[in-house]
Amino acid sequence: MPKRDAGEGDLALRAVLALLLLGVAWGLGRFLLLPRSSTGLGALVRDHLPESGVTNPVTAVLLDFRGYDTLLEIAVLTATLVGVWALGITPLVRQPASSAVLRGLDRIILPIVPLVAGYLLWVGASGTGGAFQAGAVLASGGVLHILAGHGWPRMLGGGGRLQIVIGLSVFLGVAVGLAIVGRGFLDYPRSGGPALMLAIELAATLSIGTILLGLFLGGRVEPEQAGDEEEGAMGPDDSERAR
Amino acid sequence: MSSGAIFALGGLGLVLIGLWALVLRAHLVRKVLALNVMGSGTFLVLVGSGAVDSSGGDPVPQAMVLTGIVVALSATALALSLVLRLARATGHPCLPEDRARLAAEHEEESRRD
Repeated sequence: MPKRDAGEGDLALRAVLALLLLGVAWGLGRFLLLPRSSTGLGALVRDHLPESGVTNPVTAVLLDFRGYDTLLEIAVLTATLVGVWALGITPLVRQPASSAVLRGLDRIILPIVPLVAGYLLWVGASGTGGAFQAGAVLASGGVLHILAGHGWPRMLGGGGRLQIVIGLSVFLGVAVGLAIVGRGFLDYPRSGGPALMLAIELAATLSIGTILLGLFLGGRVEPEQAGDEEEGAMGPDDSERAR
Repeated sequence: MSSGAIFALGGLGLVLIGLWALVLRAHLVRKVLALNVMGSGTFLVLVGSGAVDSSGGDPVPQAMVLTGIVVALSATALALSLVLRLARATGHPCLPEDRARLAAEHEEESRRD
């Protein structure tokens, strides 16, 4: 039986892997159970929180103290979309018929999505929230819209490129601008700091929503696939071969 | 055992499960899922050992995990795109050296159903 033949080498592989994993479990487990030897950075963050202009410590860390990491994170998102686009056309075929439940749900929820996203963006300054959460909500609204059978949003064809790059551009622009003006790279001023951060977050929210929606589509949207009202729009014919 | 330690150990368990599946499964989508599970386990370890505290918790590991979730999501999306492209190009959703193992996996599963 072919299963037995493939099983011979498999048994040795599984045994070695099991031993290795047990070793990792034992070592890391012991390490994780050690008592804490440092107090962490919580006190340091709380001491400097008034300087950041927001009251939520996580948002302050994300946007101010470790703003560089967030800048790189948006760059990673943008680069991922470029990579996904480079790999081919979206494999999804527009579904002409979807259930009435989905269509009704889409009609009810889609207007609420920008409201929730805007609220999440705003409340990030003082509570849990922020650009990434708001962008994810925007993207899920877009996914629901697509699943309800509305075809590809036209914005991802040509004009969507502005929305995709605006997050990274604004963030990078503010960062470099602050360096040019004489402060450090990403060193926010005391007075305009929260406004700058809100502007960055707004652009980032737009970008993240668009990028996540593009990642859901899984590929480029060709112009002939875009649009709501086309009948019989078919995806690439080789999407069937990927079995 | 503090609740943080429970989360951290749970995360360690997820990492081990994910690593096991990453090595032993032939289908590429399964490998991507295994990587996802490992990622979730890593986040749990970070949050459990750093951020769960009586005094509100350390916000830095929380921020790191937020960043990590987004990056893991992008990596998964790119990985799935690569898998799709590979499957279109070669006709098999697995690495070339794993084709025998994929067939064995299929056979084992169809026998189980």
